Amino acid sequence: MTDQDLLTAFTRILRNLLGDDSIVLALNTRRSDVDGWDSFMYVNFIVAVELELKIKFSVADVESFETVGDIAAEARTLLG
Amino acid sequence: MDQPAGQSDFRLQLQSALAETEPRARLDGLARLAQSRLGFVETIQLDRALVRCGAEPIDDYALVRLAVLSTNTIDHLLPAIRVAGLRYKLRLDVFSGSYGQYRQELFDPASPLLQFRPDLILLSLNARQATSGVPIAATAEEVEGVLARAIEELREVWGHARSAFKATVIQQSYLDVSEPLFGSYDRLVPAAPSRLIARLNDLLAHAAAREGVLLLDLAQASARDGIDAWFDIARWLQGKMEIAPQAALRYGELIARLIGAQRGKSRKCLVLDLDNTLWGGVVGDVGTAGIILGEGSAQGEAHLALQRYAKLLKDRGVILAVCSKNDPALAEAAFREHPEMLLRRPDVAAFVANWNDKVENLKDIAQRLNIGLDSLVFVDDNPVERARVREGLPMVAVPELPSDPALYVRCIADAGYFEAVSFTADDLRRGEQYATNAARKALRGESQSVDDFLRGLAMSVTYGPIEPVDLARATQLINKTNQFNTTTRRYSADEVARFAAAPENITLQFRLADRFGDNGLVSVMILRPADDPGVLDVDTWVMSCRVFGRQLENEAMSIAVEAARGRGIRVLRAEYIPTERNGVVSGMFKGLGFAAGPGTEPGGASRWILNTAEYVAPPTFIARKAKQP
Repeated sequence: MTDQDLLTAFTRILRNLLGDDSIVLALNTRRSDVDGWDSFMYVNFIVAVELELKIKFSVADVESFETVGDIAAEARTLLG
Repeated sequence: MDQPAGQSDFRLQLQSALAETEPRARLDGLARLAQSRLGFVETIQLDRALVRCGAEPIDDYALVRLAVLSTNTIDHLLPAIRVAGLRYKLRLDVFSGSYGQYRQELFDPASPLLQFRPDLILLSLNARQATSGVPIAATAEEVEGVLARAIEELREVWGHARSAFKATVIQQSYLDVSEPLFGSYDRLVPAAPSRLIARLNDLLAHAAAREGVLLLDLAQASARDGIDAWFDIARWLQGKMEIAPQAALRYGELIARLIGAQRGKSRKCLVLDLDNTLWGGVVGDVGTAGIILGEGSAQGEAHLALQRYAKLLKDRGVILAVCSKNDPALAEAAFREHPEMLLRRPDVAAFVANWNDKVENLKDIAQRLNIGLDSLVFVDDNPVERARVREGLPMVAVPELPSDPALYVRCIADAGYFEAVSFTADDLRRGEQYATNAARKALRGESQSVDDFLRGLAMSVTYGPIEPVDLARATQLINKTNQFNTTTRRYSADEVARFAAAPENITLQFRLADRFGDNGLVSVMILRPADDPGVLDVDTWVMSCRVFGRQLENEAMSIAVEAARGRGIRVLRAEYIPTERNGVVSGMFKGLGFAAGPGTEPGGASRWILNTAEYVAPPTFIARKAKQP
């Protein structure tokens, strides 16, 4: 999966979670850039990404992700 | 879930449901979606749409306020709880307590919980607190002491939840998220973590039953699904989620199922197809000797396992019926003659084998058994028949049977159609009662007139106030009865006990026996004082459909009027609140001599008044067996 594939998937997931189709994610998007993407929705997002891609992020990674790009990079590593 | 998987475009379906302008149609659309297999994100989307529908009352959807109080984070579970509620026509308004604050929320006199006025309080606790600090070397006696104190604390919480909020309490069993310490030897060490939790759950279940608290057995569910389906250590560390987000819908389903059962929404009758369902092969092609059933063949044993499970269900009070496209003589012969048949003809209360449309046959079965179509579960291996029934009778539950008969029982069992909150003597006798009903029908056929038939039954009624011994069955009847139910008010065992204990009320229970057998406790009436002295309201009156048409309503009203007169009551007021199901009692109060009262709404609830001095007891063929209560 390319970064672009992942961005498309992440954007769709977050739009569905927040009910907001105006969301467009980029690799440098931070949580604070998106209205409503609070810590609760962050966990929901991580869960949804894990279930869809059938991967599991480590506890340490989930704590350290700062941008959408960080999440995409780790996802690509886990997907191998 | 009932429906096959594969929502092609969930968002489109959601939009089309929301595009309905009628609130009822909108909710129906969302309820249909709730029945499908939903993913994690879809559940959240559906919940958002549901919450946007607001809370205006809509027929057949019960508004229920549920408070979930927890030692854990539970916010991630709320969407799934609401969505699962919709499957049972429950619109759950969910109050979530703050993380770890459940005691304060219960005991603080300024708690927002008081304003919320919960109908139900679910205690979703983890075992860490109750079992922490027990040294691994503790003796069995020390462990029992610690656990007894933990249970005592819970009982205090339950008691308070009931007295301060008048709510029904649901206690969930503790999830065992511990790791093995010794291995197999854990079971022999009283203070080993898994042993502590198992013992605690055991004590909990018994204490809850004694106190009239409903048990939500997560321990059973996690033993079945595997602990990994329920608990994810990462989520616990990240956000103190004891129940993992991916278990949310399963959790919601278990909660909704239990609330549904408490409110009489559980199914009552298992309707079974024959060929390739109850046995392998088509009896019309291969004959009784050729069907695949029983020992010696794996497939034959799989079909036998379904029969065995059906028989167990029957023994716990579920009615069995057969609905098959078959030559009736051949189908009956297989029941009679095949040596491996475990189910026998008398086990089946309604047997329909013909070539008619199954939709019509299911209607016939419901009518014969005098139960609602929404009490039926239809089990058929044929996807075409299943689709036809889902289309024609959406209220009938139709499990999506897997193609392998080995998995039939699991599919039916996991759907939880027959969830119960009690198991009474009446449940045990139900099969026999349906069998004796056949004998009564035969007598009716022989009788010249209805009066001859009723006289021939030699009926007697035993009655009295609702005593503690009647509580479980009376509550079950109040919550399960949909047809002969004048107001369809549902009450918990606690509430019924309170009504029975209050001296200003008159509560009555009626048991009807005849020469074919005892029908058990079949009717309950609750009369409560109105604002005016000398006036009682018929708050609740329910009667089992098994005894319709026997004049018991006449005799019961006469008994109630006599009891009221004895208390100096001048006027009885009654109310008929129509639902889709209780048309059978729409004209009853008039027939009993009540006059139409003020406040009757056209097409809606009607109110009725009876001057007790003017009441003339209608003659019946029922003898009385008890003194005036």
